Amino acid sequence: MSPNYSLEANFQNRIDNEEKIEPRDWMPDAYRKTLVRQISQHAHSEIVGMLPEGNWISRAPSLRRKLALLAKIQDEAGHGLYLYSAAETLGTSRSEMIDLLHAGKAKYSSIFNYPALSWADMGTIGWLVDGAAIVNQVALTRTSFGPYSRAMVRICKEESFHQRQGFDILYTMSQGTEAQKEMVQDAVNRWWWPSLMMFGPTDKDSPNSAQSVKWKIKRLSNDELRQKFIDMTVPQAAVLGVTLPDPNIKFNEKTGHYDFGEINWEEFYQVIAGNGPCNKERLAARIKAHEAGQWVRDAATAYAEKQQQKKSISVA
Amino acid sequence: MKDWPLFEIFIRSKNGLNHKHVGSLHASDAHMALQNARDVYTRRNEGVSIWVVESSQITASNPEENESMFDPAADKIYRHPTFYELPDEVKHM
Repeated sequence: MSPNYSLEANFQNRIDNEEKIEPRDWMPDAYRKTLVRQISQHAHSEIVGMLPEGNWISRAPSLRRKLALLAKIQDEAGHGLYLYSAAETLGTSRSEMIDLLHAGKAKYSSIFNYPALSWADMGTIGWLVDGAAIVNQVALTRTSFGPYSRAMVRICKEESFHQRQGFDILYTMSQGTEAQKEMVQDAVNRWWWPSLMMFGPTDKDSPNSAQSVKWKIKRLSNDELRQKFIDMTVPQAAVLGVTLPDPNIKFNEKTGHYDFGEINWEEFYQVIAGNGPCNKERLAARIKAHEAGQWVRDAATAYAEKQQQKKSISVA
Repeated sequence: MKDWPLFEIFIRSKNGLNHKHVGSLHASDAHMALQNARDVYTRRNEGVSIWVVESSQITASNPEENESMFDPAADKIYRHPTFYELPDEVKHM
């Protein structure tokens, strides 16, 4: 038995026993790499995810809605930070991750490459997009890497308000005028399928999933998570009085789950490849925000240095 | 781009409880770390007191040496009250 083999066997043993792995523990390089990729993508998604909503802060229909939307977006900034910090415990750096995102070499959730066209989109993003994210993230609270799991616990605690504020927007509009009801239906039509794509390719087309499940980075498969989301959401759609844009959605007495139609995977791969409606716009907005903030960071650094100098002079 | 130093954040959720590690963040100095920790980790009244410590100032034990570090405590069962048997007459001690 080579020493490396026994390290790996010992590692898998700990995973099988539901032990959490902490940053300074020995881990296979591929485990570390997979986590850095997944956690940083997750962090990027939180940060880029602020952009479609940021557009609506100044157009919220009331102060109450505006405050709630602002709080939600601020949470997303916080969630991005928790996740970047978790990734950094694995030996990558904040600037490295951000550089990769800005160079177009790191991915973020493809859902944020769709435009937010009306106020009903704010409701639908909260209801469907955050709803899908919550299903994914609740499963991830049990992920095997300690810092990732802890970040997920914090995020899930905070995020349930996001989905409710979205649903609340839609429910209010669904009780409103015909035009408002149409806006709701239109937004749901546009966001439904991309929300289902958030869980990633079907299990048979997701070759890396098996290893991630074995390492308990992933606790449920893409298809399992997607089904959970659909089962939760269909009854809620009925409450809103909207029609989900899939004629094949039907409760299956045998399985106890909702059947649904074929997802357009060609669209999914196109958006991932950079050809979604807003890929360029999102990345450009992200880079612009980062570059335009450079002087603030420089000023803070200069100020900190000056304070430090003052301190050392007064000590001397 | 050079990152600002990393700070570990500890929060006392209410008086009477310990400060507990909640995560980390980058800041240009400790003062900014405190302000950012307020915004990042106490948006919902999670704390009444915050400590920030530069991560580089922390000396940590090495998990690979856990055996020599922690095993000496494992065989000292006489440090626990259950090691001692009480006569039945003594109901509670």
